Amino acid sequence: MRNIFLFVRRYFNFLLFLLLQGFCIYLIVHYSKYHNAIFSKTANQVTGKINREYNSITSYFSLKRTNDSLVAANEMLYNKLKADFALPDTASNFLVDSIKVDSMERFRKYHYYPAKVVYNSVASQNNFIVLSRGASQNIKKDMGVIDPNTGVVGIVTEVSNGYAVVMSMLHKDSHLSGKLLKGGETGTLNWDGKAPNIISLGGIPKTAKVAVGDTVISSGFSTSIPKGMMMGIVQEVKSDKSTNNHLIKFRSSANFYNLEFVYVIDNKQTEEIKAILEKEKQKTQ
Amino acid sequence: MNLFVKNIIRFFLFILVQVFVLDKIHLHQMVTPYLYFLFIIWLPFRMGRTQQMLLAFLLGFAMDSFRHHPGFHSAACVLIAYIRPFLVNILIPQEGADANYEEPSFKSLGGFLPYLIFISVLTVLHHGWLFLLEAWQFGNIWYFLVKTLLSTAVSLFLIIITEMLFTRQQRFKTNTV
Repeated sequence: MRNIFLFVRRYFNFLLFLLLQGFCIYLIVHYSKYHNAIFSKTANQVTGKINREYNSITSYFSLKRTNDSLVAANEMLYNKLKADFALPDTASNFLVDSIKVDSMERFRKYHYYPAKVVYNSVASQNNFIVLSRGASQNIKKDMGVIDPNTGVVGIVTEVSNGYAVVMSMLHKDSHLSGKLLKGGETGTLNWDGKAPNIISLGGIPKTAKVAVGDTVISSGFSTSIPKGMMMGIVQEVKSDKSTNNHLIKFRSSANFYNLEFVYVIDNKQTEEIKAILEKEKQKTQ
Repeated sequence: MNLFVKNIIRFFLFILVQVFVLDKIHLHQMVTPYLYFLFIIWLPFRMGRTQQMLLAFLLGFAMDSFRHHPGFHSAACVLIAYIRPFLVNILIPQEGADANYEEPSFKSLGGFLPYLIFISVLTVLHHGWLFLLEAWQFGNIWYFLVKTLLSTAVSLFLIIITEMLFTRQQRFKTNTV
């Protein structure tokens, strides 16, 4: 027993070093477990506040760019107005649907909340975005995030009272599902950790016709992001010799370097879909 | 100024500079300049090794909480805090020089070259361990090596500039401590 104490005392620094390193690697590996802990919420709150102070200064420098992107977004919305479309001839008649709907709110599927980006990183291997809008302003975990021009940005992974952390598409654990607009084949997105704004789309079979310049949109298979949101433009197509798939790289339509405002998408039917999936899981077990 | 107060100010200043200045510079995907670990390099000689490691862990953890993925910077900082006393022992010019000066600098380590070796070794270790942990999940050895070398070069350049801009007054204390 005495020897053990002597050993610990003699090598105390080395043991402490090993202990701290072990703890760090534990944190890295068990990240998802850790990030439910209460501590991360407080840390999130503190760093979020510092980030907001900083952002209140720097946001002035990008006002022009922010305005331009908002004008572009408005243009897109104006072009979707019902008043823009006329019926081809006057002979067609209108039919009034006789089914009464109590409130549109019950049938609303998606709700968009605006949020301001207060912290954003692109240089790391695992990138995050912090929004100054949190649980007390209706942001929940697993909500999708898009930029003003409907380019997919990422998914909310962590929420504190006033702030939300978004795992951007530039994160190694981010595997959103994407779809080719032309052919309709769906695949999985992943980021190789190198160039920001360049993301690869895997799982597209060689039978699919893909060309440079094709559009990649969100598939709508997840509850987070609705179908048809812009993901990017195909930049490079190679055929993978070891599998039956294309190796597709595309440039994301959201520019991660200068995000200022984003929209968080609330899917009102998430609970219902989750409940069904849970039931199905229990049945198969 | 009191050494204790000085180090507290440095701690916050380095983190703020790293997060809000250096992290916003996107030179190239291969180059990520880091400066905040200069805090560990500048810690006083007299400080115990246990305290050094705990402080380094705290510094790394503060960095990590801005990045929302804990562990990476803490691990790298603890590593260089553990290695630092060994290096000081090897590089210090004569017996007792670490008692004459308070903290490592060009002067206290006896010239430009020893100090350059001191900071280069620590920078390579910090960057190497950090990028190794980050690259572990990607498994691309060349990417890791090139990124470590390029980033180390840029970080060293930054450290030398910082040393020249902010000359620290190193008082020579007598041996009668």
